[in-house]
Amino acid sequence: MEIKSSSWMSKAYWVFQKDIKSELRTRYGLNALVMFAVITLTAVSFAVGQFFSGTKILASLFWIVVFFSAMSGLAQVFIKEEETKTVNLLKLVASNESIFLGKFFFNLILLFILEVIIIPLFLILLNVQISNFSLFLCIVILGTIGLVCATTIIAAIVSKARVKGALFAVLSFPILLPLLITVIQGTNLALEGSEFSQGWSELKFLISYCVVMGVGSFLLFDFVWRE
Amino acid sequence: MIELKAKNLTRYFEQRCVFKDLNFDLNKGNVLVILGKNGSGKTTLLRILAGILSPSKGEVRYALNGDGLKGARLQKVISLVAPDLNLYDELTALENLMFLSKVQGFDLKEKDMIEKMDQVGLEKRASDLLGSFSSGMKQRLKYVSALIKEPLVLLLDEPKANLDEEGILFLEKVVQDQKQRGILIWATSNKEEKEYGDQILQLDE
Repeated sequence: MEIKSSSWMSKAYWVFQKDIKSELRTRYGLNALVMFAVITLTAVSFAVGQFFSGTKILASLFWIVVFFSAMSGLAQVFIKEEETKTVNLLKLVASNESIFLGKFFFNLILLFILEVIIIPLFLILLNVQISNFSLFLCIVILGTIGLVCATTIIAAIVSKARVKGALFAVLSFPILLPLLITVIQGTNLALEGSEFSQGWSELKFLISYCVVMGVGSFLLFDFVWRE
Repeated sequence: MIELKAKNLTRYFEQRCVFKDLNFDLNKGNVLVILGKNGSGKTTLLRILAGILSPSKGEVRYALNGDGLKGARLQKVISLVAPDLNLYDELTALENLMFLSKVQGFDLKEKDMIEKMDQVGLEKRASDLLGSFSSGMKQRLKYVSALIKEPLVLLLDEPKANLDEEGILFLEKVVQDQKQRGILIWATSNKEEKEYGDQILQLDE
């Protein structure tokens, strides 16, 4: 049998496509993410009310919802392969690079879908005005990429453990803490209506975090994935 | 020509020794039957031979025409069919095969896959979700998926499990084809199946 030479990216695309098809049929991860986010946002809106105007608290609440939703859904990408006993098949047929990239892009799409749902809900339920929308958008995009870079590798680590859910949050928190502090600060600036240049230091940190965490996770994945 | 050399293979799970100092050499045309009771380490040994688990001690060396095979090059010539190596229940039979083909870099069309499914009588179920298949049908599809790459090394764990007469006939053909192509390793707890091998490895002694 002749093998057509194809790049990591095209093989990663097939891993990604397989996960998307599987997710559309089972909604294994998306349900967990969306349900958690919507319930938390609703509870928060009842607790703080529509007339609460502290931008720092609002920014914190938004990212707490995103963080814990990510904790409840993003680990599924590897845990599901372990639970359905398809993990060894994947190890046998796909290269580590294509698996990591496929799973990374799948988690990224999942989190972006979640944000498309919860950002309008956040704005409506908590009556939030975003004064600098372009800064808010940049912070959300970079924060999401950073979050997915870190959680994808942690998901691969915890998928082999017995107490997966708790371990995922415990391992993720210290790694994501610098990211969370920065995205909260950046979101606060965007809500306050600060100039784009005032959020530049946060954006630079987020770009660096994404690069370091992305490259680190990609290189580490080989050691984590092979037993 | 494909060659396999296993030297002093030992595997521990924490303190428990599963097997110790296993040695064997296999060449093209050889069939090794690994015999052992449940829990004797047959599946563990197959996983080590497939490269998805590391031995605690010892090494497995593959060579193709004298050149060592490792990593991605090795991945291209090995297939494993095992009860704990599942396909994706939420994809159709055809989607499973297309995924496995594409992710390994093969340029096979849906038509080719349906022809392959025809060999095991599954062509009419190509568009059905795998979750709706019986365990015997899943086992047949696992064979089709393992044979996509026409492997030089084929590892089978309890190969007759869940197969009916028709499935066993197909398996007999797989064995004959594999002897022509490369190495076959057959792990079983059924002593009657040692007739398939020209080398026998007893694990629970």
